[in-house]
Amino acid sequence: MNALLTSIGYTHWILPALLIIPLIGAAVIWLLGARGGGAGGDEVVSGVAATPRMVALVTFAVEFIVSLGLWWSFDPGNNAWQSVVDYAWIPSWGIRFTIGVDGIAVMMVLLTTFIMLLAVGGSWTSIRARSHSYYALLLVLTTGMLGVFLSLDLFLFYVMWEVMLIPMYFIIGIWGGDRRIYASLKFFIYTMVGSLLMLVAIIYLGLAARDPATGIPTFAYDYVLQNAMVTSTAAKWLFGAFFLAFAVKVPMFPFHTWLPDAHVEAPTAGSVVLASIMLKLGTFGFLRLAVPLFPSAAMDPTIRGIILGLAVIGIVYGALVSLVQPDFKKLVAYSSVSHLGFVMLGIFALTVQSVQGALMVMINHGISTGALFFLIGMIYERRHTRLIDAYGGIARVVPMFAAILTIVTFSSIGVPGTNGFIGEFLVLLGSFQTQPVLSVIATTVVIISAAYLLWAIQRILFNPLDKRENEHIPDLNRRELAIMVPLVAAIVWLGVYPAPVLRRMEGAATKFVNMVDARRNLLTTGVAEAER
Amino acid sequence: MIPLLQAAATAGTHPLTGTIAEWVWLVPLLPLLGFVINGALSLASVFHAGPGDPALAHGEAHGVDDGGHGHAAAHDDDAHGATGDDHHPVVRHRFAGVASIVGPGVLILSFLLAAAIFLAMRGAGEMTAPFIQRYFSWMPVGDMHIDAAFQLDQLSMMMTLVVTGVGMLIHLFSVGYMQDDPGYPRFFAYLNLFVFFMLVLVLAGNYPLLFIGWEGVGVCSYLLIGFWFSDKVNSDAGKKAFIVNRIGDVGFLIAMFMMFANMHALDFTGVREGAASLPFGGIVVTTICLFLFLGCAGKSAQIPLYTWLPDAMAGPTPVSALIHAATMVTAGVYLIARTNVLFSMAPVAQLVVVIIGALTAIFAASIGLKQWDIKKVLAYSTVSQLGYMFIGVGSGAYVSGLFHLVTHAFFKALLFLGSGSVIFAMHRAYHHTDNHDDAQDMRNMGGLKQYMPVTFWLMWIATLAIAGIPPFAGFFSKDEILGGLFARAQHSTIASASLFGIPGSGWLYFAYLLGLVAAFMTATYMTRMMIYTFHGPNRTGEKERGHLAEAPWIMTGPLVVLGILSAIGGWLNLPEFAPLGRVGALEHWLDPVVGESTARVMAGAGETSASLEYTLVGVAILIAVGGIALAWTRLKPESLVPKREAAPEEGFEKVLVNKYYVDEIYDKTIVEPVVGVSRGLLWRGIDAGLIDGVGVNGSAYLARFVGWIGSQFQSGQLGTYAWVLVAGVLAVLGAFSIR
Repeated sequence: MNALLTSIGYTHWILPALLIIPLIGAAVIWLLGARGGGAGGDEVVSGVAATPRMVALVTFAVEFIVSLGLWWSFDPGNNAWQSVVDYAWIPSWGIRFTIGVDGIAVMMVLLTTFIMLLAVGGSWTSIRARSHSYYALLLVLTTGMLGVFLSLDLFLFYVMWEVMLIPMYFIIGIWGGDRRIYASLKFFIYTMVGSLLMLVAIIYLGLAARDPATGIPTFAYDYVLQNAMVTSTAAKWLFGAFFLAFAVKVPMFPFHTWLPDAHVEAPTAGSVVLASIMLKLGTFGFLRLAVPLFPSAAMDPTIRGIILGLAVIGIVYGALVSLVQPDFKKLVAYSSVSHLGFVMLGIFALTVQSVQGALMVMINHGISTGALFFLIGMIYERRHTRLIDAYGGIARVVPMFAAILTIVTFSSIGVPGTNGFIGEFLVLLGSFQTQPVLSVIATTVVIISAAYLLWAIQRILFNPLDKRENEHIPDLNRRELAIMVPLVAAIVWLGVYPAPVLRRMEGAATKFVNMVDARRNLLTTGVAEAER
Repeated sequence: MIPLLQAAATAGTHPLTGTIAEWVWLVPLLPLLGFVINGALSLASVFHAGPGDPALAHGEAHGVDDGGHGHAAAHDDDAHGATGDDHHPVVRHRFAGVASIVGPGVLILSFLLAAAIFLAMRGAGEMTAPFIQRYFSWMPVGDMHIDAAFQLDQLSMMMTLVVTGVGMLIHLFSVGYMQDDPGYPRFFAYLNLFVFFMLVLVLAGNYPLLFIGWEGVGVCSYLLIGFWFSDKVNSDAGKKAFIVNRIGDVGFLIAMFMMFANMHALDFTGVREGAASLPFGGIVVTTICLFLFLGCAGKSAQIPLYTWLPDAMAGPTPVSALIHAATMVTAGVYLIARTNVLFSMAPVAQLVVVIIGALTAIFAASIGLKQWDIKKVLAYSTVSQLGYMFIGVGSGAYVSGLFHLVTHAFFKALLFLGSGSVIFAMHRAYHHTDNHDDAQDMRNMGGLKQYMPVTFWLMWIATLAIAGIPPFAGFFSKDEILGGLFARAQHSTIASASLFGIPGSGWLYFAYLLGLVAAFMTATYMTRMMIYTFHGPNRTGEKERGHLAEAPWIMTGPLVVLGILSAIGGWLNLPEFAPLGRVGALEHWLDPVVGESTARVMAGAGETSASLEYTLVGVAILIAVGGIALAWTRLKPESLVPKREAAPEEGFEKVLVNKYYVDEIYDKTIVEPVVGVSRGLLWRGIDAGLIDGVGVNGSAYLARFVGWIGSQFQSGQLGTYAWVLVAGVLAVLGAFSIR
């Protein structure tokens, strides 16, 4: 496989291609839409939606297939950035277009292309108006998210961060539910406040790393990492700015209240993308920028203690609030707060096991919670309600839906043998080595997580079939099966044989832990290199 | 890579290399294959793909697009979720034939393979080191290597034989018992999957892999308890079982974290070696053992986590026999035996295990005295007997606990399947007359011995076995537990320890006393169950009586085999005072696994003297006979009336019937406060009230107010906004650059 990839020069073009392919798809859809679409009415019935969704499907399929090569082309033994592409973008400001991957980014890119392909399937019949704009936005969104994972230039990172924000804002605001305007505004303002501060911090860092001779700032990740000179007080403020941007995105307690609203109002694919990928951008930001750039601030006992505390509060709080949600989508949204708390705990516990676990939770949450949102969307399309109490006993009527929902539930509550276990186990085991008390508190949440999801699926799938409206719900169709089967396969595969994934991320995780550990006691970023 | 190479190096010298033992992976894989086939059949028979556009399935388009699929679903094979009360004639499932062959078939093959491996082990002579097979690296992270590895030794072999052997018999029984159930292949799919996970549990070579089996059997238990999920009681019971088990699993997880933190290993060999560096009786090893025991208390239904097991009787009766009596619930006993090295180093933890076991034994037995549901009697009996097993493994008499595990698997499976046979007959009788009375309440039975003689005689064998009448199986194993406990109360490392200021020997004698009283109660409640079910006049009803009949051979066949095993199972480990054959065979077999730890606990003391031993045995027999005699002479089945005419109990009897109100207490003190706080304080209070209400919307109002002030100065609000933004950014930037 590697020989084949080398022969086509895969590593030289793959990363820019991943960013460009969705844009081409989007352009095609827009051009077609300018000619034909926008007649109004139900576009699925009238057939207007057929072309844009097909173009989107083909584009995402190409994107996914092309991205698969990264699985082989990525060399786990090489700790340098791989498949790097580097152009000068705005030379007078020292801004470059630099993209590359490490083990973490590779897995996130694959997760993104995989989920996006399925997300088109999940939109197939649920998006019935303005479908041209919708699919085009979905494609642009993908470029933005992939750009964040790939950026090795801080300014580029910021641009990509904003690029992904705007399509999502529209997706919620236009194709969302009844309270979509409120939800999208909340989403936008929350995220915007955080990211503006991040912009300020990035500019500050770029200036701090400027060339002493020419005075031109530098935003190149590696260079900034080694050479930006900031005092420890400034490091704390800068870390604070990044923290706010990323903590909102994660979302950490108490910055999470945009999430339930955004999830509930977003269309199915919007919720899936939000949960599966966009939340990971927050934790990814901690791994890539906030913690490595300012290890002294991030590992400051007080700051670290607060973040670990908030992570564990989020774990417990999210689970408890999930327990009492009457709306299934909101329940899953709050459960995300809990799951992402595990990621934060893993990152800040700073052991190889806990960081690897955090990465696994990021992937697993993307798969399992994505699958839950797909399933909720599917049943919503049939019954037009997400209220748990509106169902009951439907396992008899929709056995395939029931079987798959049950499997995904087990994955989400971390039953060993499914993917969910691997991440949680590694996070907790790793955290126990440095933070035993917090790890023990977090461990007790496996009880609550079992309670809220099993209680929910009992009230949906089991119990007597006592409502007439539920007696004739059609089971999953072939398209929906085609979405769910790969997800279920991933759940089992990552639970039984996660070693190939762990091996690919090991280098990056170890590097993260060692680098942060080695530099946490230095007063300033970069000084160590300067003194050496 | 390195551990794999080491495995290859050591495996070369193991006596089992090159034998059929290398096929051990196939033992669990066969049931997994059965699950895949039966699961596919089950889904294939009920799945009808929905219409391409689900939104059109409702409203005007309904019926055009979906061509009646929606209606078909309502008539599906598995659609009625036949509960025990389904009196309508049911057509056999269309895949019943295949499922009947695949379901039990894979178990038979699995058992035969296990038996062949057992013979190979016996033929291989003295085998001191476990035979470890590594298949692939499961969780390699940093310096932690967790492999998918199976460990074959005398203990896992014993468990494998019990699981596949008893499992095979119960699968065969189910062919008859479940024959009319619309969910037939689904039942076998779950049952096969259960056996797969149970085998992973007993064959695993490290704790995390064991944990896959541990929670996997919990999943299957959940699915099987709620098998007839259309009844809320059943799905409630399944959920409760899983959640209560999870409380224990937290303990198991923390124990694993502590092992890794202190011994840097999670595989059995590594932990055994790492334990050597820990201080005897130290806080670390004690805490690890106590957390592990919390896991055991959940899985094996000990105080305070036993409440799920009686509810679990909502599942079909073969499930109760296999999962909730013979195999899964004994996993906790297995886990302690597997971790014997650590437990033998932690006398305080051992004391806790023994005391909890003894308290559970007597507590559950007392509840069993007043239950009317035949399966509930057996459920509390199981909880009580598991208590005995924990007395055994907890007191460091590992062989005695495991011995009781095996004999209990025989006689309790027999009792449950026998009760299944009774319930089956009751159902059929009620079915014919369209009666909706409770087919499991003993007040509706009585005098069944003339209608089902085979079941009757076999259940008496099992009753004598569990009551401890020689020479039936339970007598030997229970006697060994109590005898071992007495010996350890006299002299052992546990007796030398102390808990709450009371010396260990005092606790052990106290536990011995509780064990004796519980034995008396056991004999009483079992005899009571037999009298009310089989003796005296029949109370089923005039019309129904004519339809009562013995179960078909596919059900009675397995009963006969279990009856024989319950009668002669004691021969597995005969005591020295009864040399009816080879003495202590099981003890000798398990010696490489638990011998060292047992000796460590005994701290050089020998077993009790012959005269004392005869006295103890005499007391035990007297107690068993006394318990039976009490029930036989005092209970009057003639005065019983059917359930619907019965008056409610009063006084202490009412407390017993209501199981000491433990469920109600848990609900009021734990479940309701958690839900209440989550809803009232966390969600409505903090989330909606504080963060959103005051924080987010508050700042929105503030922003609106500031915006209003701004708008007083200038009308072009958009421009103002942009300028303020830029100014703000510059201000912050400036503040930092000036410093």
